[in-house]
Amino acid sequence: MNQIPLEHILFVSTALFFIGVYGFFTRKNMIMMLMSVELILNSVNINFITFNKYLFPDKLNGVFFSIFIIVIAAAEAAVAIAIIINLYRSHNSIDVDDTNEMKY
Amino acid sequence: MLEGKVISLIILLPLISFLILGFFGRRYFKTFSGIVGTTSIFASTLLSLITAYQYFFVVGQVNGVYQKIIALKYTWLQFTPNISIDLGIILDPISVMMIVVVTFISLMVHVYSLGYMKGEDRFSVYYSFLSLFTFSMLGLVLACNIFQIYIFWELVGVSSFLLIGFYYDKPSAVAASKKAFIVTRFADLGFLIGILILSFNAETLDFETLIQRLTSPESTYLKGIVASSFLGFSALSWGLVLVFMGGAGKSAMFPLHIWLPDAMEGPTPVSALIHAATMVVAGVYLVARLFPIYALSCPGALHVVAYVGIFSSLFAAIIACTQTDIKRVLAYSTMSQIGFMMFALGVSSYGGENGLGYMASMFHLFTHAMFKALLFLGAGAVIHYVHSNDMKDMGGLRKFMPITHLTFLIACLAIAGIPPFAGFFSKEEILSAAFQSNPVIFYLAIATAGITAFYMFRLYFSIFWNKEAHLHGEHHGEGSTTMMLPLIILGVCSIVAGFVPFGKFVSSDGAELHTEMHLTFSIAPVLIALGGIFLAMSFYKNANEKANNISVVLKGIYTSAYHKFYFDEIYLFITKKLIFNLIGRPAAWFDRNIVDGFINLLATLTQEISDTIKGMQSGRVQNYAIYFFFGIIGFVILFIFLLK
Repeated sequence: MNQIPLEHILFVSTALFFIGVYGFFTRKNMIMMLMSVELILNSVNINFITFNKYLFPDKLNGVFFSIFIIVIAAAEAAVAIAIIINLYRSHNSIDVDDTNEMKY
Repeated sequence: MLEGKVISLIILLPLISFLILGFFGRRYFKTFSGIVGTTSIFASTLLSLITAYQYFFVVGQVNGVYQKIIALKYTWLQFTPNISIDLGIILDPISVMMIVVVTFISLMVHVYSLGYMKGEDRFSVYYSFLSLFTFSMLGLVLACNIFQIYIFWELVGVSSFLLIGFYYDKPSAVAASKKAFIVTRFADLGFLIGILILSFNAETLDFETLIQRLTSPESTYLKGIVASSFLGFSALSWGLVLVFMGGAGKSAMFPLHIWLPDAMEGPTPVSALIHAATMVVAGVYLVARLFPIYALSCPGALHVVAYVGIFSSLFAAIIACTQTDIKRVLAYSTMSQIGFMMFALGVSSYGGENGLGYMASMFHLFTHAMFKALLFLGAGAVIHYVHSNDMKDMGGLRKFMPITHLTFLIACLAIAGIPPFAGFFSKEEILSAAFQSNPVIFYLAIATAGITAFYMFRLYFSIFWNKEAHLHGEHHGEGSTTMMLPLIILGVCSIVAGFVPFGKFVSSDGAELHTEMHLTFSIAPVLIALGGIFLAMSFYKNANEKANNISVVLKGIYTSAYHKFYFDEIYLFITKKLIFNLIGRPAAWFDRNIVDGFINLLATLTQEISDTIKGMQSGRVQNYAIYFFFGIIGFVILFIFLLK
């Protein structure tokens, strides 16, 4: 069976990463920013799995790491959404530009 | 039985009383403050009398020579293995004599103040300051180390400042205290430099070692200090003259005398204690303490002492004839008498019969303390009665104040040098010492003695005789018992102090010095003094115009003496016009524009920069994320491409 070349998968994960970064920088809605962060994390997951599969097929380190990251992402999503809800209660908005009190 | 701990109590008791009164006096003691202070000083007096007895009659003498005893020594600051600042107690004839004088006069003043300062608002503060002064003066005379003497020297300066400015709501008192402090502080600068020169070259601060190293002819230290010279004089001369400058400042010698007359703004008992009997003789004491160095190694510096002394003495005596404020007259007479002590030291040399001047100077210090304190306390009683300092408001007081009158008369006779009062003996010794070594000084001194008799009796007759003054206000009595008792005690002392065989106890080298009274020698000074008295009597006993006529004839001299030879004006000119304009203002301009300007420039720059870059701290999370991102990119580039 034909394997997908490593470069193709890395291309996908890099694209995914920069889409996430772009989204994180440009979206004003905090939910959208959170989703961008998830994209970044998932691109990293893909990298882990791919390198594990292609470079060290007889080891499981990469798989463990990606599972670990998924768990972290779940926890992070919970915390972030809690923050966003609290922010909404206090500011009546989840737009990041409305929360710029912490400046000089 | 000279226990160091017991002797240190003499010093510590006034300190304890100062601390107690200073911290708790106003709140808890109030009117008892005086009792507290007096009790502690009384104990201190008893202890010092016991010490003196022990020293002079029991343990001090070895083979007929009084020894220097270090009763206590404690190394305080060790700089190098050789140089340390110690705190200690030295006992030798002059220090033992001084502690007796200081505690005794201080006790008298404490007792007197019980009556004089009664009802004063800051009564306990006054007593705490008096205790502080007594403490520091005792520390000064017992110091075994030139740096210790400097420390206590400054402390007496501070307590003098505090007491002159005691009536701090009176602008003149404030100005006087500032003046006294600044002038003496300026002189102390010289003292400090002198200490540094001497101790740098002799590599010690300890008096005994210092004297030993700088007097023995084969000592390498002495050779070194004599060899190094500056502006044509040896380092030794500079050191000694600068030390004398400190002494001259404290002892109000010309030209640093200007603070003493103004210091009379303080309460009168304070003037008696500090500005007549004890603190102002500190300069004499200092020269006496280092006397072997002056006499053996550097006679030139001793000549300076002699000429400054005789000049101040004559100068002050002339001014005293024209002043009308009775305390100022006494102040100038103090300056004149200290001049006597100074030139007596100046004409003396070390050891044996030639040390007569040294002994005479200390003797005069001793007797002068008695009668000058008496004069001031008497003047205090008069001022208390008349409510004025000015001679013109007084007159005919002998009927109202018999005790004061009698004791004041005794003191005047003593200072004029009429036998058998105390001043006669010490003044005769000084005159004969001067006669033996320097005729110019002798003739000036004898003239000064005549002037002294004249102005003292001018004071006496103007206060107690002359026309009766119009006394206003209700008339209380002469003064309470506490005020009269010290007068009587000091009066008795002024009579008997002269009969103390002083040469037996105090001499330049510790050995007994036999002094003989030459009756023929005494005739001239006594006659001159009597002449002065009769002149004063004819002028001032009854109101008449003779004195005024004389002052009109001697117009120029009289006015300039009345204005103290314009020395205050000269000093004001030098400080205000010259120093302030030529140094002060440029320095202020430099400070304001260059120094401050530089700092302001730095501040402005910082502010500008921070204003421009503070936009980075926008508070927007996404901006921070971008910085973070590009930072990481930067690091990546750095690590991958640049730091391979």
